[in-house]
Amino acid sequence: MAFKGTLRPGLAQLRVLDFDKTLDFYKNILGLDEVCRTDDGRICLKGYDEFDHHSVTLRLADEAGLDYVAFKVCSPEELEKMREDVEAFGYSTDEVPANSDQPGFGKRYGFTISTGHRFEIYSEVELSDDGPMIKNPDIWQREPRGMRAQRMDHFLLYGPNIAEAERFCEEVFGMYVPEVCNTPDGKRLASWITGNNKPHDLAFVEYPEPGKIHHLGFYLCNWGEIGRAADLIAINRLKLDIGPTRHAITRGQSIYFWEPSGNRIEVYAAGYTAYPDSPQRVWDSDQLGRGLFYYSGEVVPSFLEIVT
Amino acid sequence: MECREYQIQVKDTGKHFVCKENEFILEAMKRARCGPVHYGCFGGGCGACEMKILSGSYIVEKKMSRAHVTESDQENNIVLICCVKPRSNLVIAR
Repeated sequence: MAFKGTLRPGLAQLRVLDFDKTLDFYKNILGLDEVCRTDDGRICLKGYDEFDHHSVTLRLADEAGLDYVAFKVCSPEELEKMREDVEAFGYSTDEVPANSDQPGFGKRYGFTISTGHRFEIYSEVELSDDGPMIKNPDIWQREPRGMRAQRMDHFLLYGPNIAEAERFCEEVFGMYVPEVCNTPDGKRLASWITGNNKPHDLAFVEYPEPGKIHHLGFYLCNWGEIGRAADLIAINRLKLDIGPTRHAITRGQSIYFWEPSGNRIEVYAAGYTAYPDSPQRVWDSDQLGRGLFYYSGEVVPSFLEIVT
Repeated sequence: MECREYQIQVKDTGKHFVCKENEFILEAMKRARCGPVHYGCFGGGCGACEMKILSGSYIVEKKMSRAHVTESDQENNIVLICCVKPRSNLVIAR
């Protein structure tokens, strides 16, 4: 395969405040399928177009936010080499045994990066019993529900020292950085990072408090589906943050809103095709409004200030 | 049955607004456009609408993130107003 290192972000475990309204949102409004429940009561979900066992785990907690994200690595050999590279970079690693707290997942290695987020890497995961068809495949097995989210796409993380986090993703994960935003004195304010052809697998914004998540993004197939998602936000009285709109950064079409536990969700479509040999796009911080919200050109305070 | 309405006064601003007994204070504050908070997740998670209730009675009807309101905060009437409904006239402060 042409991709090397990390293939994509494959798993995010989120904290939620309740399982009533919040699970109803993920299943019936966003449209994920419930895969299984763990012995300790967490709920595993996946998008209808994802092959792997699950991609989102919800954990009932006293506060909203992100427990960790995990990246799928291209081979078991690469996984072992990457663990050594993580240690050599300066982050100590721990091992989570196969099929322990995340059903269907092989061995995972975890560590904390400069922004205070726990990252994990794994190479083996069982295929879902309910994944997309592969033999003379139809476009789906059952008609998708709600916003018809195809898959988990990316996340934006807030924390300190994103310059180091960006360098880690390049040097250890084998990713590249299609787009960045710098302050007038040349410091990194934000970066968009990928290990494949998506414009971002993850993004960082510099922020003093560690370990925060701005949003978790899910992929919809086109602009029409973004409009349909807006209808569902209104019908279900979800709290809209921004959109529908277009980003100049990544060129994605987008809506941001909050799920019932207060985690910000983005549904996202389109975006350019990224290549590692394309020149990097660079934004000045005083142009960030246009970069984020291309139509209005203005940053909404809630968008920059609220993280969980 | 008629829905009761209560006056919510924002201390030191001279501003006040009406909140119905069946609505969360943040919704009423947003509608009235006279409070210090206009946005947030409205789900008890983000902490943007943290305020202190100085007087009056209220109920907490949604779980508030412990990252923003600790148990001791809650005993001291610090709340996220997206999770709280009034049961009398209230005085609140940022």
